[in-house]
Amino acid sequence: MPNNKKELAVAALRNGTVIDRIPSPVLFQAVRLLGIEKLDRHVTIGNNLESAKLGTKGIIKVADTEFPESVLNRIALIAPTAVVNTIRDFEVVGKRRVELPDTITGIVKCGNPKCITNNEPMQTKFEVVGRDPIEIRCHYCNHTVAGKDAQIL
Amino acid sequence: MSSNSLVSISDITRDEILGLLERARYFEENPNSKILDGRVVATLFFEPSTRTRLSFETAVNRLGGRIIGFSDANSTSTSKGETLKDTIKMVANYVDLIVMRHHLEGAARYATEVTDVPIINAGDGANQHPSQTMLDLYSIYKTQGKLSDLTITMVGDLKYGRTVHSLLMALQYFNPTFNFIASKELQMPEEYKQFCREKGIKFTETTDFSEDVINRSDIIYMTRVQRERFTDIMEYERVKNLYTLHNSMLDNSKPTLKILHPLPRVNEIDRDVDDNPKAYYFEQARNGLFARQAIITRALGIDPLAK
Repeated sequence: MPNNKKELAVAALRNGTVIDRIPSPVLFQAVRLLGIEKLDRHVTIGNNLESAKLGTKGIIKVADTEFPESVLNRIALIAPTAVVNTIRDFEVVGKRRVELPDTITGIVKCGNPKCITNNEPMQTKFEVVGRDPIEIRCHYCNHTVAGKDAQIL
Repeated sequence: MSSNSLVSISDITRDEILGLLERARYFEENPNSKILDGRVVATLFFEPSTRTRLSFETAVNRLGGRIIGFSDANSTSTSKGETLKDTIKMVANYVDLIVMRHHLEGAARYATEVTDVPIINAGDGANQHPSQTMLDLYSIYKTQGKLSDLTITMVGDLKYGRTVHSLLMALQYFNPTFNFIASKELQMPEEYKQFCREKGIKFTETTDFSEDVINRSDIIYMTRVQRERFTDIMEYERVKNLYTLHNSMLDNSKPTLKILHPLPRVNEIDRDVDDNPKAYYFEQARNGLFARQAIITRALGIDPLAK
């Protein structure tokens, strides 16, 4: 019964956050970047669901949790299409796209093996120098990389 | 973090560059002012570089400051596994200024984030070496009487040569015309050409080191073509002599032309150029002393011209 399965995937949430339109290949990276593995609330993760825009998509539903904007924006580099729905009492009270910040701290590994960040216990930091297509530059060694080729830590 | 640090030439404005050149000129006229009396400067050379270290240490000594430091990280706690952060924080307890060279790229930028003591980057791997750029700018300024509206020809390894990249960035404020001369393998990277286009900076790019280009130039900036940069050794053998400057090539050049080279030189400038008054590479190195005196006093917040 395909219909039942679809309903199961979008089962209603009383309060919480639904992150939709995550490209399927990066769904589990997104889960990790958002720190969802550590949550003790109900979490529903769906992947390879049909999407008119993306072909297939992933979705994350977390009950009784709202994420700060800065946390949600951590996935903007890998999932720029993601949409965040905030649910309160079964109503969608907020809907917005994730936004790539001007600097990305502690998410991307620098591809330059001679960069200080790969040799010292410290956080990486990248500046977004291009947005279409996305290009980021290491704050320390100036090595630049296309957003789609960035290595996620 | 101290705002007087100098990590990259792109951190400072056009006016700050001109201010540093004025200071360098002052120090050339007054190399031995004792304005660093009572100041202690650390020279931390995690990677050996005798030429750069001696230049910085001479600059401090001639201004009456004192120096502590090391010329090789093997003799320090770094070899015991101490982090850069800990080394910098420890040394920062003792000194007014840290001059550092490191083989890792971004090391100096990181050092500025862990201490309030100003940091001068004396080279971080293939990344930045701003005091070299300042001495190049001072050499151009001194020999041409200006920085603006000059034709600057860069020859050799334009792909990996950090000195030519930094010089290009610094000259953005001064309406230059660039000629880039290099083999296909070692051409100026696209990001710098794109930078020129965005800033409206005129440039030409050729693989041919012709007299026509030489005769139009105010400055020829030669760089070393390193064998290890080539994946194809046959290609290296083929091109290595194409970018050698000989005295006979300068016959019809401008009377004010100067030849610059960051040194060390190998084959790219024939010895027969050395006695030509247009050869400037040895004086260029001497200008490093004055440029570094200028950078050091700026970092310490001391204005020699105010005295």
